[in-house]
Amino acid sequence: MTEMKMTPANDSATTSPAALSKTQQKVAASLNRRHRQEKLFKGIGLSAVVISLTLVAILFINIFSKGLPAFWQSAITLDIYFDPAIIQISEKPQQQPDELDNLFFQRDIEWQSEVGLINFNRLITEGLKKVLPDASAHRRDAARIVTSGERFALRQMVIDNPDIIGQTQRLHLLTDANIDVWLKGNIDRSLPDSQQQLSPKVREWVALLSEQGIIQNRFSFALFMNPDSRSSLASAGLAGAFMGSLYMMLVVIFLAVPMGVAAAIYLEEFAPKNKLTDLVEVNINNLAAVPSIVFGLLGAAVFIGWFKLPISAPIVGGLVLSLMTLPTVIIATRSTLKAIPPSIRQAALGLGASKMQAIFHHVLPLAIPGILTGAILGVAQALGEAAPLLLIGMKAFVAQVPTGPFEQSTALPVQIFLWQGNELRNFFEARTSAAIIVLLALMLSLNALAIWLRKKYEKRW
Amino acid sequence: MSNLSLIALLLALMAIGYQLGMVRSRRVAAVQTMHSRPHHYGMMVGLWAFIPAFFILLLWSLLAPGVISSMVSAQLPADALAAEGMSADVIMRRISNLANNFGIVAEAESWELAAAAYMQQLKTSSAVLLTGLLASIAAAGLFFSYKRIQPQLRARHQIERTVKAVLIICSTVAILTTIGIVLSMVTETINFFSFIPPADFFFGTTWNPRFSTTGLTEGSLTGSQGSFGILPLLSGTMMVAAIALLVAIPLGLMVAIYLAEYAPVGFRTTAKPIIEVLAGIPTIVYGFFALVTVGPFLADFGASIGLTIRATSALTAGVVMGIMIIPFISSLSDDIITQVPKALRDASLGLGATKSETVRKVVLPAALPGIVGAILLAASRAIGETMIVVLAAGNSPSLSANPFEAVSTVTVTIVNQLTGDNDFASPQSLVAFALGLTLFVITLLLNVVALVIVRKYREQYE
Repeated sequence: MTEMKMTPANDSATTSPAALSKTQQKVAASLNRRHRQEKLFKGIGLSAVVISLTLVAILFINIFSKGLPAFWQSAITLDIYFDPAIIQISEKPQQQPDELDNLFFQRDIEWQSEVGLINFNRLITEGLKKVLPDASAHRRDAARIVTSGERFALRQMVIDNPDIIGQTQRLHLLTDANIDVWLKGNIDRSLPDSQQQLSPKVREWVALLSEQGIIQNRFSFALFMNPDSRSSLASAGLAGAFMGSLYMMLVVIFLAVPMGVAAAIYLEEFAPKNKLTDLVEVNINNLAAVPSIVFGLLGAAVFIGWFKLPISAPIVGGLVLSLMTLPTVIIATRSTLKAIPPSIRQAALGLGASKMQAIFHHVLPLAIPGILTGAILGVAQALGEAAPLLLIGMKAFVAQVPTGPFEQSTALPVQIFLWQGNELRNFFEARTSAAIIVLLALMLSLNALAIWLRKKYEKRW
Repeated sequence: MSNLSLIALLLALMAIGYQLGMVRSRRVAAVQTMHSRPHHYGMMVGLWAFIPAFFILLLWSLLAPGVISSMVSAQLPADALAAEGMSADVIMRRISNLANNFGIVAEAESWELAAAAYMQQLKTSSAVLLTGLLASIAAAGLFFSYKRIQPQLRARHQIERTVKAVLIICSTVAILTTIGIVLSMVTETINFFSFIPPADFFFGTTWNPRFSTTGLTEGSLTGSQGSFGILPLLSGTMMVAAIALLVAIPLGLMVAIYLAEYAPVGFRTTAKPIIEVLAGIPTIVYGFFALVTVGPFLADFGASIGLTIRATSALTAGVVMGIMIIPFISSLSDDIITQVPKALRDASLGLGATKSETVRKVVLPAALPGIVGAILLAASRAIGETMIVVLAAGNSPSLSANPFEAVSTVTVTIVNQLTGDNDFASPQSLVAFALGLTLFVITLLLNVVALVIVRKYREQYE
C-alpha cells in the first residue's frame, strides 16, 4: 500500500527536512521498480488485446483459406449428343383442354418415370469417347470421371425440354469428388496405387484433360443449387439446408419478434411494479442464459413428444429457436423503450391520448429502429444455432429441397456438422469451410444491417 | 376445410365487420357526437367477429381428434380386437392411416376398413359442423356488436382492453417456457428414475449406457442395462470449462483493463467490436476450427515436447471454448470497470500511485464483485456449450484428471443419447432429460448468483 504510507510522510515533509529526505530516498529507490511494473502491466494488457485480435484473425484466415477454393470445383467440358437411339421415349404429355388436372398429372408422372429408365450414363460415356479415344477400352475407369449426380441433371434437361433430343450440347459436368481433390493437390500424390482413390488410368486421363483445358476449375453452382447428396459427393450442395434455415427464420420472425415486442411493451409500460413482475423479469434474464441444448430437450419432449409435430421439420426447429430468441428480443426491446424520454409519453397524455394511444402512436414508432436492431441480432443468433436442432431430429440426411415448413429438412449449421463428419475428409474439409463461409456471410450481413439501422436512426435524447 | 382456410374465412369476416362497423358509426356520428373514433367501432365489430370464433376453433382442434378416436374405438368389434393381439394404440394408428389414405403394414381387415370409413365420415361431419359453427358464431358476434354501436358505447376502451390482454398473454410465454422446461424435464427424469435409482445416477462412477434397447418391453429392461453414473460426465464438463476459464479469464480481464484504462479512444472503438465478433460466431464454427486446426496443432506441439496430447481432448475443446468466451468476460468486465467512479481513480493517482497500481489496488477491488459475476456467467456459458465439445472433446466418458485425454461432457452425452428419436421409453433416451435437468439446475444457480452479484454491484455505484 504505497500510497497509504506516503500520505503521512508527505504531511510531515513540510515540518522536518530529515524525514523528507528519508521518504524521498525511499520513493526514489522504489520509483524505477514501480515504473518497470507499470510498463510491464501495460505491456501485458496490450499483448492480451493483440493476442485476442490475432485469434480472430487466425480463425477467419483459417476458415477462408480452407473454404474459398471450394467455391470453385473441377468440371469437365463435354459435347453431349442427346442421342435419339439411346433416349427412346414417347412424346411429353400435353394437357388436353377437357382433361382433368389430376389425370394429366398422373400421365406426366408416368412419362417422367419412363424418362428415368433411360441410361443417361451412356450419353456421358459417348461424350467422353470424343475426348478420350481409349475410353471404350476402360469402361469402368471412364464411368468414374463424371460424378454420378450429373446423369440426373441430364435427365432433368430432357424432362424440361424434350426438343433437346437429337441435339448436341456443350456442357460443363462436375467431375468426381476424388478428381477435384487430386487436382487441387489435397492428396499426397506420392502414395502407392493401392492407397489411391483414383486408378492409374483415371489419373493419366485427368492429367491429360486438364492440360488440354477440358477439365477446368469452374465456379461451383452445385454448392448453392443442389441439396445434400451422399451418392454423388461432388454435387452435394447447401440448397436444402438453406431453405430449412429460411423456413425456421421465418417462424422466428413471425413468432418470436412480435411476441417479444408485445411482452416487452407490457412489462416496460403497463405492468405494475410488484413481486410478480420482478419474478417475470428474473425469469426472462435467466431464460436468456439457459444453455441452448436445454431448449432442444424442451422441443423434443413438448413439440414432438406431446404435440406430435413432425420430426426433423423446420416448424419444430423454428418454434424451438423462437423460444430461445424470445428473451433476447424482450431484453433489447425493453432497453429501447427505457431509452425513450418520458416527456414523449407525458406530451401525448397531456393532449388527451389514452395510455395505449400514447404508446402505440408515439413511443413505439420512435422505438422501432432499436427494436429492429435487437430483433435482427436475435435472428442472427438463431441462424447459427445447431445444438437444439440435433435433438429434434434435424440432423437426418435429407436429399430434397424442402418445399414447406412441415417437411423434413436440415439447417445450415447442422449441414456443417454433417459435412465435417463425412469420410471423404479431403473433399469435405473444404466443402464444410465453404458452408461456414456462407453461414458467416449471412450472419455478418444481418449484423451489418443491424448496425446500419442503428447508425441511421439512432437518436440521442 | 383445413384450419388455415377457416382462419382465412374468419379474417375475411373480420375485415367485413371492420368496414360495416366503420360505415355505421360514421352514419351515427353525422347526427350525434360519438365516444370513440369510427375506426374504433370498426375494429370492435371486427374483433367480435374474430375472437370468439377463433377460440372455438382452437378448442375444437384440440378436442376433436380425441373425441373422434374414442368414438371409433367404441365401435370396434371386441372379439376382433382380442383376436388381433395388438395394442389399442397400434390399431388406432392403423385405422387413422387407412382413413387418411396412407398405406399400412399388412392387409387391412374388413372391420378395420369399416372403422376407417366410419372415422372418415366422422371427420367430414366434424369439419362441416365446425365450419357451420364458426360461421354462425362469427356472424352472430358481428351482428350483435354492429347493433350495439351507439354514441355512448366505449369502443376504444374495449379495444384497449383486448390489446392489453394480448400483451399480457405474450409476456406469459416466457414464464410458460420456463415452466415447460422444468415440467417436461422433471416428468421425463422421474420416468428415468423408475428404471435407474437416483443414487446410481448421481454417484455412479461409470458411464456405459449400452445401446438403445427401445422396442423391448419394460419388463425385460430391468436386467443388465448398462450403468448411468453421471460423475465421469460432470468431471469432463468441469475440466473443459476450467480449461476454458483458464484461457479466457486472464486474456479477457487484461483486454478489459487495457481497453478501459489505457487504450486511446480510436484503438478502443476499433478493437472492441472486433473482439466481440468472437461472441457472434456460431459455436459449430468453433467446433470445426478445434477439430481441424487447433487439435492437430496441439497434438503436434505436444509431440515436439514429448507429451502425448490427443487431437480431440479436453485441452483442445477447452482452449477453443476459452477463445469463444473471451468477449463475454472482456465486455462485461469492461462495462463494470468503466462504471467504477472516477473519484476513486483520481484519489489514488493524486496520492502518487502509478496507473497500474491504481488499477490493481483500487479499481479492481472495487470492481471485483461485478467481475466475479461476469466470470460466473462465462462459466455457465462454458458448461452449457455443446457443439465445440461434440466435435473436439473426443467423447470418451471416463473419470480421468489428464486434460490431454479425450473426455465426454453432459451436453455431448445428451446429443448422443437423444438423436431425434421420439420414442422416450428406454432409460437410454430418458437419461438425456435427467442430464438436461442437472445441466439446467447448475447453470441456473450460476446465473442467479451472477445476476444478483452484478445487480448489487450496479446499485452500489448508481
